[in-house]
Amino acid sequence: MYRSHVLVCGGTGCTSSNSQKIIDTMEAELKAKGLENEVQVIRTGCFGLCALGPIMIVYPEGCFYSEVKVEDVPEIVEEHLLKGRMVKRLLYDETVTETEVKGLNDTNFYKTQQRVALKNCGVINPEDINEYIAYDGYQALAKCVTELTPEQVIQIVKDSGLRGRGGGGFPTGLKWSFTAANKADQKYVVCNADEGDPGAFMDRSVLEGDPHCIIEAMAICGYATGATEGYVYVRAEYPIAVARLQIAINQAKKLGLLGKDIFGSGFDFDLHIKLGAGAFVCGEETALMTSIEGNRGEPRPRPPYPAVKGLFGKPTTENNVETFANIPAIIRNGAEWFSSMGTEKSKGTKVFALGGKIKNTGLVEIPMGTTLRDIIYEIGGGIPGGKKFKAAQTGGPSGGCIPASLIDTPIDYDNLTAIGCMMGSGGLIVMDEDNCMVDIAKFFLDFTVDESCGKCTPCRVGTKRLLEMLDKITEGKATLEDLDKLEDLCNYIKENSLCGLGQTAPNPVLATLKFFREEYIAHVVDKKCPAGVCKSLLSFSIEADKCKGCTLCARKCPVGAISGAVKEAHTIDTSKCIKCGVCMDSCKFKAIIKK
Amino acid sequence: MLKKISTIPFTDTAEQAAKLDAVIAECTGDVSQLMHVMQEAQNIYGYLPFEVQQKIADGMNVPMEKVYGVATFYAQFALSPKGKYSISVCLGTACYVKGAQEILDELSAQLGIEAEECTEDGKFSLTACRCIGACGLAPVITVNEDVYGKITAADVAGILAKYQD
Repeated sequence: MYRSHVLVCGGTGCTSSNSQKIIDTMEAELKAKGLENEVQVIRTGCFGLCALGPIMIVYPEGCFYSEVKVEDVPEIVEEHLLKGRMVKRLLYDETVTETEVKGLNDTNFYKTQQRVALKNCGVINPEDINEYIAYDGYQALAKCVTELTPEQVIQIVKDSGLRGRGGGGFPTGLKWSFTAANKADQKYVVCNADEGDPGAFMDRSVLEGDPHCIIEAMAICGYATGATEGYVYVRAEYPIAVARLQIAINQAKKLGLLGKDIFGSGFDFDLHIKLGAGAFVCGEETALMTSIEGNRGEPRPRPPYPAVKGLFGKPTTENNVETFANIPAIIRNGAEWFSSMGTEKSKGTKVFALGGKIKNTGLVEIPMGTTLRDIIYEIGGGIPGGKKFKAAQTGGPSGGCIPASLIDTPIDYDNLTAIGCMMGSGGLIVMDEDNCMVDIAKFFLDFTVDESCGKCTPCRVGTKRLLEMLDKITEGKATLEDLDKLEDLCNYIKENSLCGLGQTAPNPVLATLKFFREEYIAHVVDKKCPAGVCKSLLSFSIEADKCKGCTLCARKCPVGAISGAVKEAHTIDTSKCIKCGVCMDSCKFKAIIKK
Repeated sequence: MLKKISTIPFTDTAEQAAKLDAVIAECTGDVSQLMHVMQEAQNIYGYLPFEVQQKIADGMNVPMEKVYGVATFYAQFALSPKGKYSISVCLGTACYVKGAQEILDELSAQLGIEAEECTEDGKFSLTACRCIGACGLAPVITVNEDVYGKITAADVAGILAKYQD
């Protein structure tokens, strides 16, 4: 028995800021003090509060150290683990009050969260199957194969109201029933872990923090639909997730939780990992299957749907990581428990990756129906630097944005669709007044042009033309007529593309046009970028009363566009200026303005 | 995205060739393993020159057109070699709204190369990559295995200075 447990986050965010070295140093320090049999160091999955990484939690006290550096480790060992005195300066400031140290669950970031998919992330050691089992792991699978019929399993999933968490929001139980209804000599289960949405990392965190729950859920799906083989298609860019999943699969096989005759029920299920190679379109289910088969990951026309003819031409059920992560809890706790959370048509919780201009960047899991205001200001801690909230982008390159005027919208599938946005996989990027919405739309189009697979013309050619039109707008060369053409083309691409990528690619443009039309008009009519982002529309000038004539900017300017005598106000020759902004960065008197 | 194709003559060692042969031998006859073989080949050579693609095509008994098609489809496969220090700038949304483009521009100016290029001395190569999922650290760049988060354009010179050997 250990008297203390030190949990260190081993998710990608914290590993990137050196958490592995912290673990190594901690183990060495403990050994040097002879504490290695009293204190156990555990590398866990993501705690969620990535902004404050690397994160360390010491139990039994439950105290939360944030932004820990390797140099801090000896002090933590000496003071806290040896002498029993918490190192106050490293505690997350929200947990420290005058009189006491609060638990993590009392902080704003955690208190409204409800963890179902992320239940074990940051709690267990993901590389030890026994810890998963100790937290009720594989109970749901045992219950399914020994007590329930496949039909009953599907009914529970249907009753729970769970909808696909990858973005589409299709009812999961219904999807399973389609595959179950088809007779075939071989069926497959596929887990879509090709998380291509820039800014979304919830699937990776689940795989890194709790890989066994995905294995368990896929086996349950296999039992329910009559499949005996499964594939996890995961991005090669996620090495930690791949490694932990492989370890988990090996452990499960060793204990007979994968393989032949699971729990003596006669049910066989085997699992393989397939590495993706970086193609956004592979997040589309038919493209993903084509890729598993070893081809260019181009989508196939539907019908036939995967439930009829999927992977290798066999009936296949494909779900996203987060969807699967909910399954074991639903089976264990019942459909009613799950459907008691969330809104009328969107049950349960949703994991969001908070990013961009927000204080608490990281992963949060909240009941469906939470308002954007609560997410940003309560959980997210607000916008840094006293800036004004402008919009939140959801759904990545397929999604739209929620403007400040709709900040009280309860977030669920149907509300987001109603305002022309979409849930997507759960990336939520917050933007403030310094972000230009036309530039953001262009950023996403640039992405879809790059990622369009080229199979169908509306998407291949259409997105390229859209991007060119946006370029024209940001360069101040567009007319109002172009805005109408832009909208027409968007609608055409939406209606005529083969797969989800093309059908949703115009969304970022349509949403920004809808909510920020005046910003487009400012670019087109006034030839100005109100946020000061689009370079072609900016001009730099020097405020004469603030300029001290220090000559620094004139010396730094790479094209010699700035002139003026020493100790006299300088001026910028806008015909020479290349708008690099070096002058503005170098000026100590804030005399240079861009607008 | 169009991929830059290397004009540097291809060379390999007997050891590299033997490794690739072994990988191919393990997977011959199973076309669904093509991407796996190509990923392994890239681990061995650092990129996928035509000679290697041809060898894979012959070994897996698929047309060269198919191997080339897969190589150009997926972002992970490189057709030109990486520098000794491969720099990736994350251009995911979270990094982008926090100024990743400025960092890419600064790197590009200091190294004198565009994204997807390699410096003439083979020391640095520059890539603009999509989200690496370290959004909490945005904006993020990686130099080989080292990760630098929450950086500004002003930090670029200092980071490059660490890789002068």
